[in-house]
Amino acid sequence: MPRGGGWRPGARWARERVATSIDDLPSHRRPAARELGRRSESAPHPFHGSLVPSNASLGTVDASTPRPLILAEQSGRTQLISALCPAALALGLAHGMPVAQARALVDGLDIRSHDHRADQMLLHRFAVHAATKWTPVAAVAPGGLLLDLTGSIHLFGGEERLCLRIRRFFARAGLTARIAVADTPGAAHAMAHHGWDPFVRVPPGRGAEAIASLPLAALRIEPIALEAARKFGLERIGDLIGLPRAPLARRLGLAAIERLDQALGRVAEPIDPVASPEPVVAERRLLEPIGTAEAIGQVVADLCADLCDRLRQEGFGLRAMRLDCLRVDGVQQSLALGTARANRDPHHLHRLVVLRIDRIDPGFGIEAMRLEAVRVEPLAATALPAILAGDAQAGDLSVAIDRLATRIGSASIFQVSAVESDVPERAVRRISPLATPVAWPGYLRPARLLRRPERLDRVIALMPDAPPRRFEWRGMVHRIVAGDGPERIHGEWWRRDGEVWAVRDYFRVEDASGGRFWIFRRGDGMDSATGDLSWYLHGVFG
Amino acid sequence: MVAPASRRETIAALKIAIAPAGDDERAVLPFGVEAIDERLAHRGLVAEALHEVAPTSAALSDDAAATLFAAGIAARFAADRKAPAFWALSCYDLYAPGLHQAGLAPDKLIHAEVARERDLLALVEDAARDGAFSAVVGEVRQASMTALRRLQLAAEEGGIAVMLLRRRRRPATCPLSEPSVATTRWRIGSVPSGSLGVPGVGRARWSVELVRQRGGHPFSTIVEGCDATGRLALPADVRDRATAADGASIQRAA
Repeated sequence: MPRGGGWRPGARWARERVATSIDDLPSHRRPAARELGRRSESAPHPFHGSLVPSNASLGTVDASTPRPLILAEQSGRTQLISALCPAALALGLAHGMPVAQARALVDGLDIRSHDHRADQMLLHRFAVHAATKWTPVAAVAPGGLLLDLTGSIHLFGGEERLCLRIRRFFARAGLTARIAVADTPGAAHAMAHHGWDPFVRVPPGRGAEAIASLPLAALRIEPIALEAARKFGLERIGDLIGLPRAPLARRLGLAAIERLDQALGRVAEPIDPVASPEPVVAERRLLEPIGTAEAIGQVVADLCADLCDRLRQEGFGLRAMRLDCLRVDGVQQSLALGTARANRDPHHLHRLVVLRIDRIDPGFGIEAMRLEAVRVEPLAATALPAILAGDAQAGDLSVAIDRLATRIGSASIFQVSAVESDVPERAVRRISPLATPVAWPGYLRPARLLRRPERLDRVIALMPDAPPRRFEWRGMVHRIVAGDGPERIHGEWWRRDGEVWAVRDYFRVEDASGGRFWIFRRGDGMDSATGDLSWYLHGVFG
Repeated sequence: MVAPASRRETIAALKIAIAPAGDDERAVLPFGVEAIDERLAHRGLVAEALHEVAPTSAALSDDAAATLFAAGIAARFAADRKAPAFWALSCYDLYAPGLHQAGLAPDKLIHAEVARERDLLALVEDAARDGAFSAVVGEVRQASMTALRRLQLAAEEGGIAVMLLRRRRRPATCPLSEPSVATTRWRIGSVPSGSLGVPGVGRARWSVELVRQRGGHPFSTIVEGCDATGRLALPADVRDRATAADGASIQRAA
């Protein structure tokens, strides 16, 4: 016994004495090795954030949880965090923190370099979307979008509803949007970037009050001017508003004053909108209302010719179009059509419309028709195969597929491609008829597969790996004369828990009358965990 | 009156007179099996025509044999014309890896699934008239004489073969008992395969009955099933046997 009688966990004397008493205990009452004071595994570093979930010992590490993501940016000789995801924010990382420090704090970060160009391109795409959907005047501002809502609010039922709509759109795109509506672009920028709420609506004429409490950085002024303002004790926008302008301009520079004036609406700040793509449209207004299929077909032919002319000038091919017919009673009839591959052949488009012309109800007559290219793709000239040299010119398959798809719907016409799975019913998937399918490995497979395997009765088979001698299926007895197999297919444990041990043994058998079947047994015949040894018929060979 | 020609010459002259224009330059796809080709009127399947294929019995194995027979023909048309074949059916139960083993690689086949048979016949007709595919296969249970005539005309217009896979409506009635304008009508069933000498299933064997053809006689034979390019073969023991008289053991079709 050591001095003081102190019991130190893991001491040899304690281990030896305790070990004898533990050995006397029944196995289920023995304490775990951990409780005995001996740690064979190394303890985690206390200052490292642990990212392994606490239930890792159960073997259910959730691989779907993404690692915290931060974007790094080179600043001088250090790398700083320029953006971070909410998970990283919750771990205590912050904007502007050196990446090395973040690495030391949290293990297993997903660090990527900040791609400003990709940011700008994404913003530009959103601006184009905004220009087509919400308001024609939309521009990319630093770190956001600038929309001029003047004149388009009433189309959406008010500013709140439009902003709600915009936020839902960005939520669908996986982004969190902060929106501010104000009189001037400067005030809106300040409220959106530095306000508290994700959605702020500044009432007209109250912009100065709203932004007065925000920091000077919200004014988009230069860092040098910010530094100077801090020296003079100017921190908030409200501090600037009451000051005499001439001394202020001398100390902060004219640019800062202009920014202040822009935010307060004293100086105009024009928005340079993105060029919204002009829709390719052909339109005909008719002198007399028309109602017969022939007349409608004639107008459609003219519209298709016009549309294809415009598409040719702009170098586009059509993927989806919409035909709007305005009736004399003000009702609009619409017809949407698509093509399998970019196309601008007026005859082809005309034929597609004519196939569906019976869906137009002319009522008392149609007075205007409009054909719009909803979706276009670049389509350049292609070289024809050398007809004179004797190369056979294959018919354009996409034209045929368009025509058939117009009749039955584009989802019903498909190719079948391989999926990387050994389970027969999962090895196929439907793909678009013009895609490039993948072939299967050359294992022998039936021509027709039953939708779900059918149970066989009264099977006589030698276990574990001989084909059956007889079975009954759909009330008929089949006497087997030859068989190949087994081909063992294991369950896909990564899909379902029930498949972890599942095994199917497939046999190709031939009965006395010449029928060749693909049957399987659940289980490998040795281990009951792999299946209950029931037999099924899954497919028929020719 | 000129001197009466011999009977044979008269018949030959009459045949030339009644033959449709351009009959000689019709594209023909031979089976590559002498026992079948020599008994077909054009020494092969006429490309721009309607052909019907039906299973011998209601059993699913005969149905699969008929399917693979059609798939093999479609595969050889597809390889010949370097364009995909088109297969329309009302309830999708084909297994594409199995068709691939009969020569129809996934990029050689475009499927269409149509719920109603009336729409399906119209779709097959459209696909045939279009002529962009190498062959068109349609699976139907029922086809009126009008629909069949339209299909034949569409096949001639598009210049491609239309194969109608007639599935059974009632187990006891053969679909080929109804009248038809098809150029050839085939009845396919599976028969026991040849012995390998070792345990195992040999190459599939089918009973092939041509129950009706335009300009020729019916016959029946036994062939070995499609290989990886869709070609049939004659079993060794049948190849050396004397052929039976034409149409001797045939169940006649209308």
